[in-house]
Amino acid sequence: MSGASNFVEGVDLAFYVILGISSFFLVGITAVMIYFVIRYRKSKNPKADTSITGSNKLELIWTIIPTILVLVMFYYGWAGFAPMRDVPDDAINVKAIARMWSWTFEYENGKKSDKLIVPKGKPVKLDLISVDVNHALYVPAFRIKEDVIPGRNNYMWFTANQFGSYDLMCAEYCGLRHAYMLTTVEVVGDDEWVEWMKTPEGESDLDKVAEGFNVIKMNGCVACHSSDGTKLVANSFKDIWGTERKVLVNGEEQTVIIDSEYIHESIYDPNVKVVVGYNPGLMPSYKGMLSESDVNLIIEYIKSLQQ
Amino acid sequence: MTAIPQSGAYVNFYQEKRGFLSWLVTEDHKRIALLYFWAISVFFVVAFILGLIMRLELIAPGRTLLDPQTYNEVFTLHGVIMIFLFIIPGIPAIFGNFSLPMLIGAPDVAFPKLNLISWYLYVLGGILALSTLLYGEGPADTGWTFYAPYSVKTGTNVTVAVLAAFVLGFSSILTGVNFIVTMHQMRAPGMSWMKMPLFPWALYATAWIQVLATPVVGITLLMIVAERTLGIGLFDPALGGDPVLYQHLFWIYSHPAVYIMVLPAMGLVSELLPVFVKKSIFGYKVIVYSSLAIAFIGYFVWGHHMFTSGMSGPARIIFSVLTFLVAIPSAIKVFNWVSTLYKGSIEIRTPLLYALAFIFLFTIGGLTGLVVGALATDIHVHDTYFVVGHFHYVMFGGTGFAFFGAIHFYFPKIWGRMYNQKMANVAFSILFVGFNLVYFPMLVLGMMGMPRRYYDYLPEFTLPNQISTVGSWILAIGLILMITNLIRGRKGPKASSNPWGSVTLDWTHTQSPPTLYNFEKTPEIERGPYDYTDYEAYIKKNLQS
Repeated sequence: MSGASNFVEGVDLAFYVILGISSFFLVGITAVMIYFVIRYRKSKNPKADTSITGSNKLELIWTIIPTILVLVMFYYGWAGFAPMRDVPDDAINVKAIARMWSWTFEYENGKKSDKLIVPKGKPVKLDLISVDVNHALYVPAFRIKEDVIPGRNNYMWFTANQFGSYDLMCAEYCGLRHAYMLTTVEVVGDDEWVEWMKTPEGESDLDKVAEGFNVIKMNGCVACHSSDGTKLVANSFKDIWGTERKVLVNGEEQTVIIDSEYIHESIYDPNVKVVVGYNPGLMPSYKGMLSESDVNLIIEYIKSLQQ
Repeated sequence: MTAIPQSGAYVNFYQEKRGFLSWLVTEDHKRIALLYFWAISVFFVVAFILGLIMRLELIAPGRTLLDPQTYNEVFTLHGVIMIFLFIIPGIPAIFGNFSLPMLIGAPDVAFPKLNLISWYLYVLGGILALSTLLYGEGPADTGWTFYAPYSVKTGTNVTVAVLAAFVLGFSSILTGVNFIVTMHQMRAPGMSWMKMPLFPWALYATAWIQVLATPVVGITLLMIVAERTLGIGLFDPALGGDPVLYQHLFWIYSHPAVYIMVLPAMGLVSELLPVFVKKSIFGYKVIVYSSLAIAFIGYFVWGHHMFTSGMSGPARIIFSVLTFLVAIPSAIKVFNWVSTLYKGSIEIRTPLLYALAFIFLFTIGGLTGLVVGALATDIHVHDTYFVVGHFHYVMFGGTGFAFFGAIHFYFPKIWGRMYNQKMANVAFSILFVGFNLVYFPMLVLGMMGMPRRYYDYLPEFTLPNQISTVGSWILAIGLILMITNLIRGRKGPKASSNPWGSVTLDWTHTQSPPTLYNFEKTPEIERGPYDYTDYEAYIKKNLQS
């Protein structure tokens, strides 16, 4: 099998057929047009043949032939596409969770990663979950794309055929950092993958701060919250612990201290108290996605960014 | 309708009444056409500059001149202005208004006051759209498609932008109604439907889409407003709504709207070719029927904008087949246009160059449309720069070039003067080269996998982006040259009433510029619209009468 995924062959064949027929017609039409303009220019042909007004035979020919050709193109388009909807029963299930503006992948055993790690040669089914707005999961090298729409369980699948690292992008406009909603698919050997799956995250020798960093990385917090003071979309985590901030509560200004209570509230109900100068509605609630202990790890991490 | 003034001294429609106010309350279709012309031209130039800014930002990866939020607002405003304020109204509102009554031998459109109201609605919509720059969180950052739920969540001025599109929809509907009634009621005696010229026919097919499809998007846009202000829960899944429902409602209008944008351009090309080839259009009836077929089938293909949205497999397959069917009437038109050239006596003047460029560029737009109409290939290029390249070939290369061609064609009729034709051809050549340099690399980028609406991109996409940006400068030079040449042309040598030697009524039976009610007496139709047998004698006879 050629190509990085099982679909490359079928899709590329459709490309060759359609672009081949199209190029033929484009070149033909243009050549005839230019030839006529030169051959029948006024200086060469001072009198037009006004008796020509049409030809039923020609109309019939150039209705029937294009009809056949477009049906041929449709067929190749359909043939390359049909297997994309036909998921093998033995496919590995992975949840692809999209949010503004990052990806998280959750595997059958509960392990999470921010890159999609898959074994070579095994079918993988992605359940597409969005926690906020529309996204689309796109891997150009695999020729696959499907929208990730909140409230809808879209899916896609593929079998990676070659080892390597492939770009995975968001292809449906999703706001400010749409162009940065990138990660990669890592295609690894079967044994390596099984081994990787067995290593539970967080059970390594990470201390709480490192674990906290792991939580914010895996859940996409870093797409908007930097750790070095850079203002992305939201407040940076650097030097905010224990400081005072002005927030809007139902349109009224209040002052809060960034403490454990405020961080808990901001993660579970992010739009209740939004710091003045930032847009409400951008951060999704992490209720049900982050546990109490996860939030406590995040707090440990934020504390560690104190000077 | 007031009585046609007694023939006497020639008083053109500019001289009939003077003063700024006379323009603001005019009911003359030609003056209203010019009001549209100036307003639409201003919006076009604004949106063109926004396009240049986007291309400049994309000259290299990383930040060049805008921050990402501004970039997102710029591409949204570029799209909203180009779609709702330039491409949709452009040809019907300007050249339809100006020449439709003359082409069918009528003194004006059926409802002149309604015509003026349409213009005021257009201006109101335009002002609303631009006003979003001035207050609140800035202009909408959703893309011109206003996809929910992002459009419901963002803090930018989506509500006003959507209301602007809503108001513009009314302008479009009213123009459509006006044109339909005009063509049904006001054709000159002897002009049966099958003797009506092809630009009116194209406007007729277009007008039905405007009237039948625009209300759907009007309602859909109001639903967005209701969702934002009242939180009803139509599209936001958090409130029990469905984001895909929005996409269906949006494209049920917006796909037929693509034909609102391109059918009138096709009509213009059918109108221009015979004039410079000096023989009948090839396959008149087939071109008429293909316009109607496009308008009809165009209602049933909207799903091809949603091939990756999670529609069921069978739905995707049905929409793909229908999409391929709508390609056939367009292909038929192209074959007929090219055959029109056969055994003609072809005079290569500026409007013809634009018409030929239209055929070439529209063919590329149409053929790349087959790539996005087929399922397998669309999955790969959907929402990538391939789509951006494809629709600019159709919209700008097609409709835009037809629009430019129409300006050069009707210029002597509108202003009674002739521009510098050599300079016009130079400007055309630069525009043509610049256009292909901007948009062909986009097709390549899409095949490589660069998604659209990207503020920043991976390094492997750099070269085609740079070529495209350099192309945009060449395109801008061509445009500046074209515009200055046209502005200077208003002081050019006086043009005769029929400088191109056309046999349609707008040229044979009217002065340049025309009089208030176009014709001294209602013309009688003696021959088919594109009958060029002994055309010189025919033109001369009508000049003397």
